[in-house]
Amino acid sequence: MRKQALQIAGFAAVVAAIQLVASLTGNVYHLTQMTMSAYYSLVVLGLCILTGYAGQISIGHAGFFAIGGYLSALLTTHDLSAHGGPIVSGLAAMGILTRRPDLYGGELLTVHPWPACIFAVLTAVAVAYAIGGPVLKLKGHYLAMATLGFGIIVYRIVLGTELVGAADGIYDVPAFPLLPGIAVSGKSSLRVMNYYVAWGFVILGMVFLLNLVRSRVGRALASIHGAEDAAEAMGIPTARYKLKIFVVSAAFAAVAGVLLTHYNGGIGPSESSVMKSVRYLAIVAIGGMANLWGTLLMSLLLNYLSLRGYFGTYDDAVFGGILILIMLFAPDGLLRRQLFEELKEAVFPAGGEKET
Amino acid sequence: MNLDLFLQYMVAGVTYGTIYGIVAVGFNIIYNATGIINFAQGEFVMLGGMTAVTLGRFLPLPAAILVAVLITMILGALLEILFIRWLHRPSVLRMIVITIGLSILIREAALHIWGESVRALPYFTGNSVTSIQLGGVYISPQVLWVVGISAVVVLILGGFFRYTLLGMQMRACAANRDAARLCGISAKNMVTFSFMLSAGIGALGGCIVSPITYVQYDSGVPLAIKGFTVAILGGLGNSLASVGAGMLLGILESLSISVLPAAYKDVISVAILLVILFVRPSGLFGSSEVSRLKEFG
Amino acid sequence: MRGRNGIIVAIVALALLVGAGVQAAEPIKVGAILAVTGPASFLGGPESRTLKMLAEEVNAKGGINGHKVELIIMDSGANPEKAVSFAKQLIEEKKVLAILGPSTSGETMKIKGIAEEGKAILLSCAAAEVIVNPVAKWVFKTPQKDSDAIQVIFNQMKKMKISRIGVLSGNTGFGKAGKGQIEKLAPGNGITILASEVYDKASTDLTAEVTKLKAANVEAIVNWSIVPAQSIVIKNARQIGFIGPIFQSHGFGNIKYVEAAGVAAEGVIFPAGRLLVAGVLPDSNPQKAVLLKYKNDYEKKYKEEASTFGGHAYDAFMILAKAIEKAGSTDKEKVRDAIETMRGFVGTGGVFDFSAEDHNGLGIDAFELLTVKDGKFALYGK
Repeated sequence: MRKQALQIAGFAAVVAAIQLVASLTGNVYHLTQMTMSAYYSLVVLGLCILTGYAGQISIGHAGFFAIGGYLSALLTTHDLSAHGGPIVSGLAAMGILTRRPDLYGGELLTVHPWPACIFAVLTAVAVAYAIGGPVLKLKGHYLAMATLGFGIIVYRIVLGTELVGAADGIYDVPAFPLLPGIAVSGKSSLRVMNYYVAWGFVILGMVFLLNLVRSRVGRALASIHGAEDAAEAMGIPTARYKLKIFVVSAAFAAVAGVLLTHYNGGIGPSESSVMKSVRYLAIVAIGGMANLWGTLLMSLLLNYLSLRGYFGTYDDAVFGGILILIMLFAPDGLLRRQLFEELKEAVFPAGGEKET
Repeated sequence: MNLDLFLQYMVAGVTYGTIYGIVAVGFNIIYNATGIINFAQGEFVMLGGMTAVTLGRFLPLPAAILVAVLITMILGALLEILFIRWLHRPSVLRMIVITIGLSILIREAALHIWGESVRALPYFTGNSVTSIQLGGVYISPQVLWVVGISAVVVLILGGFFRYTLLGMQMRACAANRDAARLCGISAKNMVTFSFMLSAGIGALGGCIVSPITYVQYDSGVPLAIKGFTVAILGGLGNSLASVGAGMLLGILESLSISVLPAAYKDVISVAILLVILFVRPSGLFGSSEVSRLKEFG
Repeated sequence: MRGRNGIIVAIVALALLVGAGVQAAEPIKVGAILAVTGPASFLGGPESRTLKMLAEEVNAKGGINGHKVELIIMDSGANPEKAVSFAKQLIEEKKVLAILGPSTSGETMKIKGIAEEGKAILLSCAAAEVIVNPVAKWVFKTPQKDSDAIQVIFNQMKKMKISRIGVLSGNTGFGKAGKGQIEKLAPGNGITILASEVYDKASTDLTAEVTKLKAANVEAIVNWSIVPAQSIVIKNARQIGFIGPIFQSHGFGNIKYVEAAGVAAEGVIFPAGRLLVAGVLPDSNPQKAVLLKYKNDYEKKYKEEASTFGGHAYDAFMILAKAIEKAGSTDKEKVRDAIETMRGFVGTGGVFDFSAEDHNGLGIDAFELLTVKDGKFALYGK
C-alpha cells in the first residue's frame, strides 16, 4: 500500500513537473497533445488489465471508445427543440436537458453532458456484459476474431448511419462541465486546467486498477492467466472474473471516449477503426503486458509523438513495426519487471530491498 | 423479386464468394500446417495483383501473372523464415500480433512503393463491358475466369495433398507434428512450404480478380477479414468447406441488399462471423476436434 | 598548413552564411493538413504534391513580397483527431498564417471551431456545403458547390427528357453530401428518385446494387462518390446491360478512374472544372492559360496526370498568395480581408468571386459538362 502510494505520488509529481516546465519555457502548447494522450492512456490501461492480467486478447477495444464517444456526442448535439411533448418538457424541467446557443446564433435543446456521459458509459458497460459472456468463452484465435468482429460492427454502424453523421462524424460537441468551474474543453484558455483534469482521471484510473490487481479479483486473475483449468479446479469462478475485467476495461474505454470527444469537440468513425484497436494493443505490448506503469509510460510517449505528427506518413507503419519487434524480441514488453530488477541489481548490488 | 433479378444477385454473390473462398483456402493451408491464423493473408492477394500489374507493363499477361505469383511465393517464404521460423513455442497472442504487424508493414511498404492509386490487370478476355447474356442474366467473362481458375486451383491442391509426397508430408505435419518429425519429415520446412503455397494461391487470386475489383495498397484488409470469416464458417482447416462457405457468404451478402441498405452490407459478414463463433466455432462443416486449437512449435 | 587554411575558409563561409541567414526576410509560414496516407489518399496525395510544387516555384522566384514561403504539411490520414491536434499545433505553436486543407469534410468541420478561435485563415480543400454555410469569418473553401454540380446534371437531364433516376453514393462525406443535395434539388427540377443505394467506399463489386437500380426501371443512373468504386459502378452497370446514360459527380475528375473503367467509361457525363479539358478550350477562355500551366508543370514533375483534386489545393495556395500580395503584409486580419474582397481570381476550379456572404466564390458557371470519348475527357456535346 505504501509503495503504491509512493508510486502514485511520484507520478503526480512528474505530471505537475511537466506542466511547469512546459508553461515556463513557453511550450505550453505541448500540453494539448499530452492531454489527448492521457485520454488514450485510459483506454490502454483498461486493455492492459484485460490482456496482460486476465490474458484475454482484444483487437476491438476501439469499439467501446466509439460507443462512449458517439453516444455522448449524439445526445449533446442533437437538437430536441422540434420535439414538443411531455417527455421532453419533463426531462428539460429535471435539468437533464439544457439550452445552449449554437455556433451560428440559434438555440439548441440538447441533453446535458453529465447525463449523456452516464448514459453512454452505461450503454458501453451493458454491451460489454452482453457480448462478454459468449466472447470470453472462446479461446485464442477465436477470441481475437470475435473482438475484431465487434470492433468492425461498431465501425460499420457509425459509418453507415446518418443520425451520427456517417462518414463526417459528429462535430460542435460542447464542453463538458464536470464541476462548477472545471470543464473538459478544447479551448486554449483552459489548456492547463484540462491537462490536470485529464491526468487526474488517469491517476484515478491507475489507483483503481492497482487496487484491483491487488484485490481478490486480481489475484484470482493472476492464477487464471497462469493456468485456467487449475484455477477452475480450485473453485475460482474464472468466467465471472474474466467478465468483470472485460466490463471494467470496456468502461475505461468508454469514459475515455466521452471525455476525449468533449475535449476535441467531435468524433469520427476513424476512432472505431481496426487500426486504432491495433494501436492500443501495440502500446500494451511494448509497455509490458502485465505492467500498468510501463504501459502508461509508453502510451504517453507514443501517443504524444503520434499526435504531434512526429512519425509523418509512417505513422501506421511505426505501430506495426513496434508490434513485430516487440513480439519477436521482447514478448513481455520493454519495461518489464525483470528488466528493472536486473538494472537495480547492476546499479545497487545486493543488500537493497527486494521488491516483488 | 423475379427470377432474373434473383439470378443476377446470385451471379454477384458467386463472384464475391469465389474471391473470399480463395483467400480462405490460403488461411487454411497455413493454419493446417502451423495453427497460425495469418492476418497478412490479404496482403499476399494484394501483392500478387500489384506486382502483376507492374510486370504487365513489359511482360505478356500470362508471364506477368506467373512471375508475380513466384515473387509473392518467395516473399511468403522469406516472411516465414525471418519472422516465424525461429520462434520457440510462441503463444497464440504472439502469433496473432506478429502477423497483424506484418500485415501493416506490408501495406505501408506497398503504399510507399506504388502510391495510393488503384491498378488493374486487363481483362483476360473481352473488356470492361463485355458480358455474356443468359436469358435475363448478364455475366462478365472475367467472372467465368475467376470461378474456373479457382476450381482448377482447388482441384490441383486436392490432388497435391493427396497424391504427391510433399503434399502427404504436409498433411502428416498437420495431423501430428511430433509423429511426423519422428518419421523424418522436417516440420520446419513444411511450415515454409505452407507459407509459400498460401502466398502463391493468394497472389493468383489477386491477379485473376483485379480486373473486376482493382487492387490498391489497402485492398488486403477487407479481404482478409471476409476470408477468415469464410474459413471459420466452413470450419478452420477444411479447404473444401471454405470454398462452399465462401459461396454461401457471397450469396447472402448479395441478397442482403434487397432488404437492407447497401451501407450495411459489410455488417452481414461480421455478424455471421460472430454468430458462428458464439454458436458453433467449429464451423458449418468442421468437427469440434479439428477446431480445438493447434499448437505451434 | 592546408588543413588550417581549410578551416579558416570554412569558418568564414559559415559566418557569411549565418550573416546572410540573419539578414534574410522572415519566411511566411503556411500550414497544410492533408490526408496523404490512409483512406482519402487519392485526395491528399495529389494535394500534397501540388502544394510542394507551388511552394518551390514561388520560392524560386523569391517568395511573396520578398518573403519565402515555409510550407508545413502534416499528414492526418483522414483522422479527425489528428486534424484537431495538428490544427492546434499549427495555429498556436508554429503560428502559421493560414492552414490549407484538410482534404475531407469531416476533418474540416472538426477544426472549423479551432480556426475561428485561433483566428487563423482556413482554406479547405473539402467540398461539403456546411463548411461555408453558414459563413464563418475565417473559413473558406475552394472546391465548387455540390448543389451547382447537381444542377448542371439536372439541367442536362431536362434537356434529355429524363425524369426517373436511380442514385448511388459512396459512404464518404462527399458521397453523403451529394446524395443530400440530389434529394433536395430533385423535386424542384421535376426529377423522381426511384431507387437510392449507399455503398461502402472500399466496395469491389457493385453488381447487386446496379441490378437493383436497373430492376426499378430507372432512365439514368447518377453515381456520387470520389473513391475508386466510381469506376466499378459504371463497369458493372454496363455489364448487366444497362444502356441508359450514367452521370458521375465532379469526383470523377481524374483520368485514372477513366482508365480503370476501360471501355465502360465511354459516354459517361459529368460536371467538372475545366482542368481536365484545358487543351481543347477556346483560347479566349480566361482559365485556359492557368490550367495549362498547372497541368503541364504537375505532369512534368510528377509523371502522372493532373486531377481536379490537386487543383483544389492549387487554388487554395494561389488565392492565399495573391491575398498576401494584395494586402502587402502578413497580418492575418488584412490577408483575410484581402481574400474576402477578391474578385475575378482565375483558378483551376473556376473564376472566384469572394464576398462576405460567399466564402466559396464559385458559381454554376465554374462547371463544364464533360464526357469521355475514346478514353479521354472531352467537352460534352461539342
